[in-house]
Amino acid sequence: MSTNSFPLRSRLRTVTDHAVTGLTILATVVVVTPLVAIFAYLVYKGASSLNLAFFTQIPKPVGVAGGGMANAIVGSAILLAIASAIGVPIGIGGGVFLAEFGRGTKLANAVRFTADVLNGVPSIVMGLAIYALIVIPQKHFSALSGGVALGIMMIPTVCRTTEEMLMMVPHAVREAALGLGVPNWRSVLSITVKTASPGIITGCMLAFARVAGETAPLLFTALGNDFWSSSLNQPIAALPLQIYVYALSPYDDWHRLAWAGSLVLIVLIVLAVSLVRYVTSRGVLKGAS
Amino acid sequence: MSANLPEIRARQIPVQKLKPPAAQKSAPSMPPTPEPSPVRRFLLARGNSALADRGFHWLMVLCALSIFGIVALILWQLILRSQLSWHAFGFRFFYQSFTDPDSGRKMYWDPVNSQFSAVPFIYGTLLSSFLALLLAVPLAIGVAVFLTEMCPRALRGSLAFLTELLAAIPSVIYGFWGFFVLVPLLREHVNPLLVQWLGWTGLFNNDNPTGLGFLAAGVILAIMILPIISSLTREVMTAVPHSQREAVLALGATRWEMIRMGVLRNARIGIVGAIILGLGRALGETMAVTMVIGNTPEIHRSLLSNGSSMAAVIATQFTEAVGDMHLSALIELGLALFIVTIIVNAFAQLLVWAVTRGAPVQTH
Amino acid sequence: MGVGIEVTNLNAWYGANHTLQDINLNIPANHATALIGPSGCGKSTFVRCLNRMHETNPIARVTGSVRIGDLDIYAEAKPVEIRRRVGMVFQRPNPFPTMSIYDNVAAGLKLNGYKNRRSLDEIVENSLKNSALWDEVKDDLKKKSGASLSGGQQQRLCIARALAVDPEVLLMDEPASALDPVSTSKIEDLIFQLKAQYTIVIVTHNMQQAARVAEKTGFFLNGRMVEFDSTHKIFTNPSDKRTEDYITGRFG
Repeated sequence: MSTNSFPLRSRLRTVTDHAVTGLTILATVVVVTPLVAIFAYLVYKGASSLNLAFFTQIPKPVGVAGGGMANAIVGSAILLAIASAIGVPIGIGGGVFLAEFGRGTKLANAVRFTADVLNGVPSIVMGLAIYALIVIPQKHFSALSGGVALGIMMIPTVCRTTEEMLMMVPHAVREAALGLGVPNWRSVLSITVKTASPGIITGCMLAFARVAGETAPLLFTALGNDFWSSSLNQPIAALPLQIYVYALSPYDDWHRLAWAGSLVLIVLIVLAVSLVRYVTSRGVLKGAS
Repeated sequence: MSANLPEIRARQIPVQKLKPPAAQKSAPSMPPTPEPSPVRRFLLARGNSALADRGFHWLMVLCALSIFGIVALILWQLILRSQLSWHAFGFRFFYQSFTDPDSGRKMYWDPVNSQFSAVPFIYGTLLSSFLALLLAVPLAIGVAVFLTEMCPRALRGSLAFLTELLAAIPSVIYGFWGFFVLVPLLREHVNPLLVQWLGWTGLFNNDNPTGLGFLAAGVILAIMILPIISSLTREVMTAVPHSQREAVLALGATRWEMIRMGVLRNARIGIVGAIILGLGRALGETMAVTMVIGNTPEIHRSLLSNGSSMAAVIATQFTEAVGDMHLSALIELGLALFIVTIIVNAFAQLLVWAVTRGAPVQTH
Repeated sequence: MGVGIEVTNLNAWYGANHTLQDINLNIPANHATALIGPSGCGKSTFVRCLNRMHETNPIARVTGSVRIGDLDIYAEAKPVEIRRRVGMVFQRPNPFPTMSIYDNVAAGLKLNGYKNRRSLDEIVENSLKNSALWDEVKDDLKKKSGASLSGGQQQRLCIARALAVDPEVLLMDEPASALDPVSTSKIEDLIFQLKAQYTIVIVTHNMQQAARVAEKTGFFLNGRMVEFDSTHKIFTNPSDKRTEDYITGRFG
């Protein structure tokens, strides 16, 4: 009986093999479908609603056609500027510590671990904490608090990518600088960080793109604003916030604006991610051996 | 950096004293060696920047320590601001329920009478995340297997890029799309079928005409956590040494048997880590869930019913909270969410590290 | 002008590994001194102790004294000060990949805060001439990156970079080991010219190279210096049996 069952088992194994291959292809298709669906729908809805007014006007009252999200775009820009001013230097500093000073130490491992864990903390919790820390003492919502919330969210991402990029700088380059009697701080900034700068900028952009679309931490910090505002002490509009509010409104006009806003946001993010991929694929350190 | 200059200058003097020959050289009277060049004189006069170096080092340490600071700050603020609710309810917050004085029905969340319980939100968070994992895990592993083991090289890059993009789409856009495309789709085409075929389980009841609810939240969450699980799974699978694969293939295994025994078995701890990391994301996901879950503080067995999640109730009620107790209860929910996600993420990270450790280049 | 180096009771460790044991020697000023020995004998560690590069590795440790000119480099100064006086050329060419040729040469001065542009131009030109690279790169000094040069050119660029800070001593850690024969002979010619102005210490595992460029040669074995004498004596009539065995190719 064993001689008879052998070809059968063998065939069964081949069939299983093919079936699994088919299943994985099916899974890939199922995963890619929503992405394509989301993009197609966004482009379809967004492109038809996008016009010059979107970039130049502020929202019109309900029932009045037209209007745009100019204030939200400017607001997002201000929030992201604050966020970058906080997140980029501290993140890079942390990354420099991990790669240049702390290699292999317990402290560095703990920092790395905490950064990765912090990366997974829900953004809404960050909003709550900043609300408690800044909005309650100030007694009002503000652009500043929103920017701080986003900035803190950037730190772990910037920190870890900076570390990874610095690790790719050959040790010989560091030695060359130290061998010239260049002080360590100068060598780190002007040689190591500069050599890795394309990669570090890439990491910053990735963090930037990530927080650019964040809504939850802004809900009770920046709050949103239907009018122009550039004061750091006042509530300020932000693109993702505006999309959220308009998406859940019952008005078609507002839905259209929200689609247009989503398209703008997604184009920005796709650009950032593509750029990141382009830079990393052609070698972070051009010319470095 | 110029701020450091005075300190460097200040250090210069003792250094000069330590080097009498150098001082002698620059003196005009008969030096033992020829006059040093201007460059040499400049460099000799330069301080050793020990102070600047030490300052820079500590500045970087400070940046690194700020990461601990942030975690501590969040924890401290959330604990501080949830005191009111904690004192009023204690641990009962996480399991109690109330009876509505008017209707006599069981209630969990009553801002008007300042009665709060986290139960329906914990239920909603767990249920939607569980649904998301159920849908996402097989797909994510399938994609990872396809991409690492079977996919033609040319296709691999662009598919990986697509999944990366999927991870970069903002949550609010997922929610928006879910609300306008996914929910109607579920309502019109999927839910009726589920009720018809699986209604007998009690999990699918036809009493919610909106299409919102736990299932919609689960599906959107699944789409969102797929890229995370899939890319991490890919990472741990590529970390499995090639020799493991060849060893199994050499025994005459088919490709699937090789993947199952040579790759998946070796990578399983890391894959579990990836899944748990995805779970961490799903637990805390806010905007997309808020937009499709229905936002009612209720517990239903039916997956097609409206519900709410911890993050969603914070997002929807916080700015309109009716009193200090309400705010405090919401912050306590946030605190619980924070602690749970920290634990889940830490655990997942440890598992992933256990597998990929050594994979990142430790060049010197 | 170069200065002499006086090494007394030098010991060095990497972790628990005692890589240099009781080294004593005097390296003469304005001469080339070669250090030879099988790989792992400690000769690289030794030159790295001469400009305190050894201690950039956190597990490394050094005892003993090294005097460069009149300065005890371990007792009387900080590493950065020493490294400005003692130039170093490494085994593999390591130009700064993001910098132009000009900036590579000027790096040691610029990064130490030297600002005089006119004088920088002059120094860069002189250093490149001294390292026999000027004619090859003078037209695209600021256009090309240091990494775009060939291996041999990169190594000469690294020598120019070391010369630009006008060091008193030039350490070369197997400077030609990663280069082709033509580039190697260029580097050797260069060492021959440079030793009039600088004290040169060159580590090599190529005995012919040592014989060609150096007046003095030291033979290292297992972390100890077995013999130090004039190159001629070492290669024709060594006093230690082990040196003779190595020279005649019996091991190494």
